[in-house]
Amino acid sequence: MTQRQVYLDHNSTTPLHPEVAKTLTEAMTVFGNPSSMHAFGRQAKGMVNEARERVASFIGALPEEVIFVGSGSEGNNTVLSILGCAATGCSCDRVHKPHIVTTAIEHPCILETSKCLTGRGSKVTYLGVDEYGKIDLKELRDSITEQTGVVSVMMANNEIGTLQDVREAARIAHEKGALFHTDAVQAFGKIPINVHDLGVDFLTASAHKIYGPKGVGALYVRRGVQFCPLIHGGHQERGRRAGTENTLGIVGMGKSVEMRSLEMADEAARITSLRQTLKAGIEERIPDVWFNGHPTDTLQSTLNVSFAGAEGESILLYLDLEGIAVSTGSACASGSLDPSHVLMATGMPVERAHGSIRMSLGRGNTMQDVEYVLDKLPGIISRIREMSTVYGRK
Amino acid sequence: MQDYVYFDNSATTPLDPRVVDTMQPFLSGFFGNPSSLHGMGREARQSVENARRQVAGMLRVDPEEIVFTGSGTESDNMALCGSVGAVDTNCHIITSAIEHPAILETCRYLQQRGVDVSYLPVDSVGLVDPASLETVIRPTTRLVSVMAANNVVGTLQPIRELAHIAHQHGAFFHTDAVQAAGKVPVDVRTTQADLVSLSAHKIHGPKGVGALYVRKGVSLTPFIHGGGQEHGLRSATENVAGIVGFGEAARIAQETMSEEAARLVGLRDRLIEGLQSVFPNVYLIGHRYLRLPGHICIGFAGQEGEAIKMLLALDEAGIAVSTGSACSASHAHEPSYILLAMGFDPIRARGSLRITLGRFNTDDEVNRFLQVMRDIFPTLRRLTSYSL
Repeated sequence: MTQRQVYLDHNSTTPLHPEVAKTLTEAMTVFGNPSSMHAFGRQAKGMVNEARERVASFIGALPEEVIFVGSGSEGNNTVLSILGCAATGCSCDRVHKPHIVTTAIEHPCILETSKCLTGRGSKVTYLGVDEYGKIDLKELRDSITEQTGVVSVMMANNEIGTLQDVREAARIAHEKGALFHTDAVQAFGKIPINVHDLGVDFLTASAHKIYGPKGVGALYVRRGVQFCPLIHGGHQERGRRAGTENTLGIVGMGKSVEMRSLEMADEAARITSLRQTLKAGIEERIPDVWFNGHPTDTLQSTLNVSFAGAEGESILLYLDLEGIAVSTGSACASGSLDPSHVLMATGMPVERAHGSIRMSLGRGNTMQDVEYVLDKLPGIISRIREMSTVYGRK
Repeated sequence: MQDYVYFDNSATTPLDPRVVDTMQPFLSGFFGNPSSLHGMGREARQSVENARRQVAGMLRVDPEEIVFTGSGTESDNMALCGSVGAVDTNCHIITSAIEHPAILETCRYLQQRGVDVSYLPVDSVGLVDPASLETVIRPTTRLVSVMAANNVVGTLQPIRELAHIAHQHGAFFHTDAVQAAGKVPVDVRTTQADLVSLSAHKIHGPKGVGALYVRKGVSLTPFIHGGGQEHGLRSATENVAGIVGFGEAARIAQETMSEEAARLVGLRDRLIEGLQSVFPNVYLIGHRYLRLPGHICIGFAGQEGEAIKMLLALDEAGIAVSTGSACSASHAHEPSYILLAMGFDPIRARGSLRITLGRFNTDDEVNRFLQVMRDIFPTLRRLTSYSL
């Protein structure tokens, strides 16, 4: 008997869309270097440009405003490094503004880059969040000074799904003379994004969160905005990201974006109903649970829940034995014993943060999957709680 | 593209069918994030670690010393920026005048940050003289970076001697082995390099994945910050399919290297001699023997201005070659900085043709190339501004 496999970890990574897989398989024979002048090169270049147009039109940008990068992390590092080089005497425009404003709940790639930049002479302000994971726009306004080069606020949080008011945050940043970046890795392809409507200067996206390949992302850089590359070398990506283009990955990203534009709207409704059923079922069948994140301003695919008296890691491993894949916090931080920095920033007690799991739904999930999880999860939680030295003895 | 002859294997290479087969499962069922704790994550982790062993095998190093990156260019950037670290002043690095732009542009950037950079000259065949390193190395030299094989002229550098000198003076040695690895031995036990850049797509692996060998005990500052993947040096969800493809490409390259090198040297030399016997004004650029097995770089005395025209005519005839590196193709009309560094005058430095053979090239293709060259050569006009 083969065990049912239920993948509820789409915020970590997603399976390739079958159409993307098909495109990739076909594109494997196209091997030219897009920088080559001959027919092989021109063919590859054409495919890269087509993908660029798709990604650009998906977010309302111009093709030349889209830079393909190696990952969402690289995109985010690139934006912040503009300040990093400024702090050490680059000719870049932002040289006199070495202050960054970001939030306490960003992805580690923003937080760690910020930490590194602090060591290089930059100053970083981390905005706190309320119990739902929302930043305070007034606090944002107050924290921006004349020294602020860039404000970076993620669109949707990877752990709890909370959506920020990016449009308003960008407006405030601009009003006070700072550039605005949003890490849209989790939001891209799940909710509609238009860079002009949002008024952002930089936006980061990743392919493997939207049923595309790993190893490729995109960075939107508004036309006319000062830019310094992170990776130096050849003239690829208009001199903004050196390295032979990951043609296959880029073509895959183009295809995954195309499929998102076709499927996103219908799927959102379906995912919303799956999440409602999952949430209601947990609430009904398991006592002492808390749902983390914002009740309405959230990615419908993300459900973060804390269980009293049960460690997130234990729940994850027991679920894994039943063929159900979930995560505790983000995949990047797995293996770490520290409680989630996102949950801690929302002000919850350490024990509750330790007892949380993240379930993230995707296009492959069905109502049967949700029922299967609701069938297995209560028993697992009771078993863990029975072994607990703290649960029920309060 | 069926009937095309692809003689531009230094720009990039077609995927080996075995690499395609290895990558295929990762385009369907296997999609886990290697950092995930659940079964799918662990499966992906195992695949990445297996590939790491295969790539390590190419250099004969410990798998733990391999860091996967997004490209050879990124590996070069990581090696240089990571060695310099956060302290830019009182830091000296040495490289050669004919490095890939990934090194030279990064050096220029580091110079802006206050790092002192020396560029070693090369002789007329593109060789760095180890004695020249002795004269510029100093106590503040943190890193010496010299490529193992040049991408445009194919010359192999004496990296073992250069590494030895660097170490004697307390500096680390990095080599950009993007063109050399998998084609000639780049055994780190022999060369003693501390840092080695590799790329998958030059050895019939996928684009978008490279690696940096970092000797145990060499501490680099992270290049991409975040979740802490790849020993914290290169954070980001791993490009699992690309990495697995790289592993298989490395395995094949390593296993077939000696016989493949012999075959390519045979094809290469026949092509060079064939050209020279038909066109007396053809001259080989770079070293006659200290060069990559499948690498040919030629000039046409008196017809240097025609290189682009020749490339396009060959392209028309279904044969892909290049003038210089693909990375500088958009500057094809400018003289090559590499040839200038080799002492070519600006006119001669503009007119080289690079013909690079690889695993899937055959004897017949060499014959066809020679025939096509005979056909198109008479159509090229003599460059009048240059006298022999």
